[in-house]
Amino acid sequence: MNAKTRNKIATAGIYTLVSIVVIILFGILGDILVSGVPHLSWHFLSSEASSYQAGGGVRDQLFNSLYLLVLTLIISLPIALGAGIYLAEYAKDNWFTNLIRTTIEILSSLPSIVVGLFGYLLFVVQFGFGFSIISGALALTFFNLPTLTSNIEQAIEGVPQAQRDAGLALGLSNWKTIRGIVLPAALPGILTGIILSAGRIFGEAAALIYTAGQSASTIDYSNWNPFSPTSFLNMMRPAETLAVHIWKVNTEGIIPDATIVSAATSALLIIVVILFNLGARALGNHLYRKLTAAKS
Amino acid sequence: MQNVNEAPTYIHQFDKDEQIISTQDLSVFYGGSVQKLFNASLQFKKKTITALIGGSGSGKSTFLRCLNRMNDKVARVDGEIWYHGLDINKNNINVYQLRKNIGMVFQKPNPFPKSIRENITYALKANGENDKQKLDQIVEESLRAAALWDEVKDKLDKSALAMSGGQQQRLCIARALALKPEILLLDEPASALDPVSTSKLEDTLKQLRTDYTMIMVTHNMQQASRISDYTAFFHLGHVLEYDTTENIFTNPKGEITEDYIRGSFG
Repeated sequence: MNAKTRNKIATAGIYTLVSIVVIILFGILGDILVSGVPHLSWHFLSSEASSYQAGGGVRDQLFNSLYLLVLTLIISLPIALGAGIYLAEYAKDNWFTNLIRTTIEILSSLPSIVVGLFGYLLFVVQFGFGFSIISGALALTFFNLPTLTSNIEQAIEGVPQAQRDAGLALGLSNWKTIRGIVLPAALPGILTGIILSAGRIFGEAAALIYTAGQSASTIDYSNWNPFSPTSFLNMMRPAETLAVHIWKVNTEGIIPDATIVSAATSALLIIVVILFNLGARALGNHLYRKLTAAKS
Repeated sequence: MQNVNEAPTYIHQFDKDEQIISTQDLSVFYGGSVQKLFNASLQFKKKTITALIGGSGSGKSTFLRCLNRMNDKVARVDGEIWYHGLDINKNNINVYQLRKNIGMVFQKPNPFPKSIRENITYALKANGENDKQKLDQIVEESLRAAALWDEVKDKLDKSALAMSGGQQQRLCIARALALKPEILLLDEPASALDPVSTSKLEDTLKQLRTDYTMIMVTHNMQQASRISDYTAFFHLGHVLEYDTTENIFTNPKGEITEDYIRGSFG
């Protein structure tokens, strides 16, 4: 067999494997969207979930999912950013740093149900937060931090050393160099990390079942006082999310249209994740252009 | 096994008032014990271009990076570096201030991924200069000094990464000049450039000699002979010969120096 034939076989093999991935991906996405999108309607998006009658919606679940995502990112992003900067720029290459990295890797492979039960014991029971948005957001922070931290670390390490040398040679301090030069250059990578973890957070159910709870209390979208128990901004209320809703209607739901509701909710979940990705990318590109003057 | 004669054949010296910076027994150690530079003692004359030549691993870049303390955290540097009556190799020296006085340009052009203007103003703003008029003036002055103004004056707000390699390197020079340094350290500034850009860069450096002192590492013998006034020859971490460029290239005193220069010219 000559080199040419071998090359052809290898190429064919690679194309086959790629096709398998693409087929699986489009198969799943297509199936979810085809079976779910026809049932999406304004009514479905704007009405409360029903407990035993057909025709309920997911208004509160949709809002709860978004609210939890935002809260989780607000809590975890600063921590992950600080830890990522430390690991990439300040940490010495020694056993202690390696220990931190190993711990982060182990934490990132922790099953989310374990994170959920841990969150239940610590936040719901020990801290007395009850089944609440804040318990859910804290559990999701635990779930999200390891991956986000290592993504940010890698994005920062990807910035060429020459950029840091340039900053230092101009008499800039380490921190000025990191803040003004390294971080803007690492922004696209950091953003990818945020988008990936946002998808994970949005679709997470197991970590939330025992922390944010499975019931949606009656909430009032015109009440902007976050300390009022009926306010939609109240962090101490239990909050069922889209993913938990899918799980619930499929396991213990008694509504007659459970299949339709779960199909439509799944489609909605995926659409929101896609919209979030596109939005975050657009925002990131805009920011990157502003910070770097690229392509302007 | 080549027999290294570690004793220098000739080291040129200058009067105190001619010198701008000098080193005394400068040695560099990597990883605690691996020595890359041995007792280098060199004096540099004001407003001249000095070329540091030698093979790979001869210690010339290592030496250069000591002069603005870029080896901090990378290697241990023993010995003295005298600049304006101060030993700047001491711990209590403000390295940030020092690096504004002793600028550096690197082997590969490394403009920031920002606009041309911001590449120059970023460090100035970080030092607290916020007067827009003054900043604009410095941008123009430094770009003119680096012979780049005419090429980029209409696209100051475009990304620096959109420029050619040669333009990027001259922008890096302009960026260093904006801080009004006395000395410019150049680490093989033309090695990543094509011949046309190289010759433009050399013209720029020759013009800058009236105001700045430049110390330049180069692999290119023709370049060293074309633009430098003095040349130091490094070999396996030792400075073997330091003299006027003319003497080094036409009448080298040491055998290794002569071999290197002959060999490099082919």
